[in-house]
Amino acid sequence: MQNHFSLWKNIGIILMFLISIIYSLPNLYGDDPSVQISHVVNKLTQAQASDIEATIKTTGAPIKAFEFKDGKVLARLTNDDDQMKVADLLRDKMGNDYTVALNLAPTTPAWLQSIGAQAMYLGLDLRGGVHFLLEVDMDAAVKQAEERYNDDLRLALRDAKIHYQAVTKDNGFIKITLKSADEKTELLALLSKDFRGLTVTEPEADEQIWLKMSDVDVREIKKNAVAQNMTTLRNRVNELGVAEPVIQQQGENRIMVQLPGVQDTSRAKEILGTTATLEYRLVDTEHDVQQAVSGHAPIGSRLYYEKNGNPILLDKRIIITGDQIVDSSSSSDDDGRPSVSISLNGIGASKMGKLTQVSIGKPMAVVFIEYKNETRIVNGEKVRHKEKVEKVISVATIQGVFSKRFQTTGLDSPQEARNLSLLLRAGALAAPVDIVEERTVGPSLGQDNIDKGMLSFIVGFALVVLFMAGYYKLFGLIANAALAFNVVIVVAILSMLQATLTLPGIAGIILTVGMSVDANVLIFERVKEELRNGNSPQASIFSGYDKAFGTILDSHFTNLVVAVVLFAFGTGSVKGFAVTLIIGILSSMFTAITGTRMIINWIYGDKRVEKLSI
Amino acid sequence: MKTTNINFIGNRNIALIFSGVLSLISIISLATQGLHMGIDFTGGTLIEVGYQQPADLNVLRQKLDTEGFEDATVQNFGTAKDVLIRLKLQEGVSSADLSTKVLDVINKDVTEPASLRRVEFVGPQVGDDLAEDGFLALLYSSLAILAYIAWRFEWKFSLGAIIATFHDVIVTLGLFSILGLEFDLTVLAAVLALIGYSLNDTIVVYDRIREGFREFRDKSTEEIMNISVNVTLSRTIMTSLTVLLVLVSLFFLGGETIHNFSLVLLFGVFFGTYSSIFIASPAALMLGISPADLMIPVKDNSDIAHLP
Repeated sequence: MQNHFSLWKNIGIILMFLISIIYSLPNLYGDDPSVQISHVVNKLTQAQASDIEATIKTTGAPIKAFEFKDGKVLARLTNDDDQMKVADLLRDKMGNDYTVALNLAPTTPAWLQSIGAQAMYLGLDLRGGVHFLLEVDMDAAVKQAEERYNDDLRLALRDAKIHYQAVTKDNGFIKITLKSADEKTELLALLSKDFRGLTVTEPEADEQIWLKMSDVDVREIKKNAVAQNMTTLRNRVNELGVAEPVIQQQGENRIMVQLPGVQDTSRAKEILGTTATLEYRLVDTEHDVQQAVSGHAPIGSRLYYEKNGNPILLDKRIIITGDQIVDSSSSSDDDGRPSVSISLNGIGASKMGKLTQVSIGKPMAVVFIEYKNETRIVNGEKVRHKEKVEKVISVATIQGVFSKRFQTTGLDSPQEARNLSLLLRAGALAAPVDIVEERTVGPSLGQDNIDKGMLSFIVGFALVVLFMAGYYKLFGLIANAALAFNVVIVVAILSMLQATLTLPGIAGIILTVGMSVDANVLIFERVKEELRNGNSPQASIFSGYDKAFGTILDSHFTNLVVAVVLFAFGTGSVKGFAVTLIIGILSSMFTAITGTRMIINWIYGDKRVEKLSI
Repeated sequence: MKTTNINFIGNRNIALIFSGVLSLISIISLATQGLHMGIDFTGGTLIEVGYQQPADLNVLRQKLDTEGFEDATVQNFGTAKDVLIRLKLQEGVSSADLSTKVLDVINKDVTEPASLRRVEFVGPQVGDDLAEDGFLALLYSSLAILAYIAWRFEWKFSLGAIIATFHDVIVTLGLFSILGLEFDLTVLAAVLALIGYSLNDTIVVYDRIREGFREFRDKSTEEIMNISVNVTLSRTIMTSLTVLLVLVSLFFLGGETIHNFSLVLLFGVFFGTYSSIFIASPAALMLGISPADLMIPVKDNSDIAHLP
């Protein structure tokens, strides 16, 4: 019996088809413009949710649905204008500790959701939004660590009562010069106990010890710099209020941030790109500032400038740094000036406590440090330049002993206070980051891209279908059925994998529509050839499929290799193209070989056939 | 379609001269003019804005000029209402802020502000990386295919396929160079897809030649090649037509963003089809392919198949 599939094979193919249809269904449902409200730390209570609902109702915007789940509120609205209106109002009312995010909530029915069916994940070029690639400055991270070691070493030497002449940084080494070589054993013991990350070298000079960060240590520092930056970015993005942010490490030192739906890119850039940190330092009141301005800064102090341009001398030793800050919020002080309240962690608090105990009445300065990035062209070469902007934002006299909580004033505006507190709360970045790539797509262009992609898909599909039916008659119609089946499978797999669909991705689907009929063309041409050679229709079908199979395998495999390489090396939208190409090639082999064969077997199998409609 | 009987192989010199000339022109253009690289590879900033009315480009240019963006190029994108502004990497300006500044400049003192449709900023390092990745993708896919065909067929076929494919790629790149079209990431993706397609076509022909080598022991290599190209001709043309159909639809309806992408493929599919008919087989022939190259494994297989 030629050209007959077993019952199980038939059922298997049909089952696969049905599953594909079900999992591609969510794509037919649209989205609701909606607003998502959550608390930064806690879950919302039922009472809070009801409050929010009441607040939304005051705008007069009709609420399509109000969902309260997992301590989060999702309010579905009817149009974009209402969405903006409601979000603005809520942001105003809810304050700093809540995140109000714009969202497009899918309207997938519950029964589909319950089996995990979701619509395809649209890339930024289709839904609009911002894509940033940030580069972590590893050299700066290592340098900072060196700086920290330097400080810690002095402190440890002092605590252990080891007398030293100098601790200096030189060419990647930290060189300790002792007062006498006698204390060297003590020093070595201290180093092996508390500073295992440092490699010890003993130079010829007896009273010296040279230290270098070990490779393992440096690698660890770099790894941590990226990890800490990612955490910080995640916090900052949460503050921005984005519904589905993507934050991923890319390569060794880059971080990709995707913010779907964000339109105000300048604010996003401001928040993401600047590295800001605070340092608290004592003011040096014993030396003359003017002498320092003319170039003779006293040892142990450094010259800074205040915001109004006045020079000021500060102690070189840092009291606390931004990474010891655990929380901050903006408010006004008693005189109504904008201020930032700051809470410190244990180490920071004890340092601050110790210092304030002995320094009441002395002035203390807050230095705000920002890293700004510039790309300059010097002699035709692109040179990345990082500018460290340091300014003293406030000088205040220490009024009493404090440790864990205190306030900083001296900010220009409430807006500046808010921004500063946001930056501090989100944590200072461990190492400066650079925005090295930005791709922003406005919402109108995103919708445009979807429309154009759909239109060219429909037209392209229709052209191929007409052409195939015209040329191969009944066999052409069967190939068309397989083609439709193929598209459904591609959409279903893309939906299941939640792979990102981009505009080039849509182009990839369209391209596979054109290419996937190739397998059928190969088969049908082979069948025709067999017929011409005088074989019976049944035998022609059989050997046509049989002989074409090897060719299809070889030719599709090379295509697949290219698509996989493209996937491995491509980024962003190109990767989206590769994904659809890979899925399309694989599924087209299945539909074009097995799918068409099943239908042809139904029509022609197990009976006497005089002529094929091909 | 009846099986044709055109003497492709016998007249191979015509095609080879034609392709040689085309390749030469392409290489000369690539060497002298080079490719107009997009910001994906050079680094820089690209800003697309939309207006309700057709925009006056001269006014925009003037505004940007007076505000210190002298090297900005301003042109329409697709329609008269869409404007594309390109900026090179700037000196002394924080690159990430550039787009905001440009938008401020062109929206100063206007009744209808432009709406931001797209911003792309690529830093110099990223541009270099993307170019490197692109080059590696080309290299690795070529090597992988070379190995696969050498394994499945024979190294002369493998080399022949690569020659035919490189011909397509060079001619397509040549066209981009001559027309001064922008070469960006999506175009590179299209070039890679084209490699896949062109090979696909070539392999179908080779597959048939291999089959012919086993089937017609009494015919010459040249004859077998001619028969193989002729019997696969209708398939080669049919498949190319369906792919061209969808590409035409993409080219005309898919929008500006993938215009060049579809152009590469349109052009590439055309030449891929041409090369698999006219170039791939003569190339393998000139490398000295003969039935003997494929005989031994065939015999082994049939022996095994006939064992009880």
